Amino acid sequence: MSKRKETARVISQEKLADEIYSMWIKTGIASDAVPGQFLSVYTKDKTRLLPRPISICEADDKDGGRLRIVYRIAGAGTKEFSKYKTGDEVDILGPLGNGFPIKNEKAILVGGGIGIPPMLELAKRLKGEKTIVLGYRNKDTFLDKEFLSYGNVVIATDDGSLGTKGNVIDAIKENKVDGGVIYACGPTPMLRGVKKFAEENSIEAYISLEERMACGVGACLGCVCKSTDTDDHSKVKNKRICADGPVFNATEVEL
Amino acid sequence: MSDAVMTVNIAGVEFKNPVMVGSGTFGSGMEYSEFVDLNKLGAVVTKGVANVPWLGNPTPRVVETCGGMLNAIGLQNPGIDTFIERDLEFLKDYDTKVIVNVCGKTVEDYLEVVERLSDKAVDMLEINVSCPNVKEGAIAFGQKADALFNITEQIKKHAAQPVIMKLSPNVTDIAEMAKAAEAAGADAISLINTLTAMKIDIHKRTFALANKTGGLSGPAIKPVAVRMVYQAAQAVKIPVIGMGGIANAEDALEFIMAGATAVAVGAMNFHNPYTTQEVIDGIHDYMIKYGVKDIRELTGCVKQV
Repeated sequence: MSKRKETARVISQEKLADEIYSMWIKTGIASDAVPGQFLSVYTKDKTRLLPRPISICEADDKDGGRLRIVYRIAGAGTKEFSKYKTGDEVDILGPLGNGFPIKNEKAILVGGGIGIPPMLELAKRLKGEKTIVLGYRNKDTFLDKEFLSYGNVVIATDDGSLGTKGNVIDAIKENKVDGGVIYACGPTPMLRGVKKFAEENSIEAYISLEERMACGVGACLGCVCKSTDTDDHSKVKNKRICADGPVFNATEVEL
Repeated sequence: MSDAVMTVNIAGVEFKNPVMVGSGTFGSGMEYSEFVDLNKLGAVVTKGVANVPWLGNPTPRVVETCGGMLNAIGLQNPGIDTFIERDLEFLKDYDTKVIVNVCGKTVEDYLEVVERLSDKAVDMLEINVSCPNVKEGAIAFGQKADALFNITEQIKKHAAQPVIMKLSPNVTDIAEMAKAAEAAGADAISLINTLTAMKIDIHKRTFALANKTGGLSGPAIKPVAVRMVYQAAQAVKIPVIGMGGIANAEDALEFIMAGATAVAVGAMNFHNPYTTQEVIDGIHDYMIKYGVKDIRELTGCVKQV
């Protein structure tokens, strides 16, 4: 099945950390979703026109399909989502974007802040050896314990209150993390660091980008990023994050 | 649907219904064809295309505002060569009318695109002289009546298809602009393009858009758009295509009653990809409910009590 708009139902919602929420929803879209893809989530308040693009944290076929999003309250729209209770309806469009390519190599998964959630489903589906590197502001962490059953977990915090003091690259170096492929999602400065690290160490890297979006399906050209070469679709050095990404080979894009 | 005729005619082109899409909100239909049966639409109006590829503006290019959104895409487009090879080739397979939106930095740019399209499967041209997000061309031709007259006249000399001039709402007197387009030979006018607007991110103390300003669209602008469509329709005899925040059939009917022969769904495609189909169905339901035999009975029917 292709991407579609659906009214899903909230299975459960819980607060994971300050301003970070986890919501499981029941939807048939779950069975088509792959890690790295995202959903457009619509608010009920119709003065808010645009859907919120939120990455898929987990997806499986249980109970006719269920999907988990873990999101940060960034404004009034996501605040509305955080108030949804079990049984509430939520309009979603998905699955959107391309997702991470699954490689049979020792993997390094890197998540920073609200870029951590898509790494969970990826960690589940990567069958080989892997290290999961998570970056947080401080020891008020989320999802870190859920990664433990899928691989070795390494943590970096900005304030040093847990794990390595510094960023995810500092943690990778301190713990001598190695691998043949890197998967990363997080803020742009972090992705810039990952891209540089991957280049220096000749490791293939796939990074998930974000930008303000409107349509979410590749029509409006709102959410472009700079591409290294002229893009085949746009015919300029721009790629659509929603449709050509959000996951790119790090060599394809300029940050 | 024989009991409620929804076909409309603009400059000799017959549309199966009066519902189109707003340029720039629908690509060339490819992405939305996963949600919408393009064969059901009155027309697909493509995103603006220039003679060569355009990079567009830096990001952020879009931001939400109350009841609407700002965009400053800057008319990123792949250029006419790719557009002809890929987008027009894609649209060939659909039984809908194709209106190509044309943009340019100079009059020559516009004329080049218009001429390249002269022997192509294109039903009408919509000339974008109203994009507020590019520094050269576009709106420079659309804010002064004499400039609008001049470019319309030039395009009419070179165009093989009927020409729609897309008007900007960022003017003092919309009736004067509508009249200038008509006097220069335009076959129809469409309005409104977006309203120049601004949003400030108070947390970062920056402009929300990299371009500082952007074009406001969505339901927030609908009453302004209805007023302008009414004033334009009063001023000219050529058909008017109305748009600006149409979210449902009721909105579309307001535009039609204000004087629009056809309407376009724009930003609301982002909110609900099925909006066009819902508008078409809703207009039909209204016609059945009120015993309207032909949509043309409603065009410009508004009157004072």
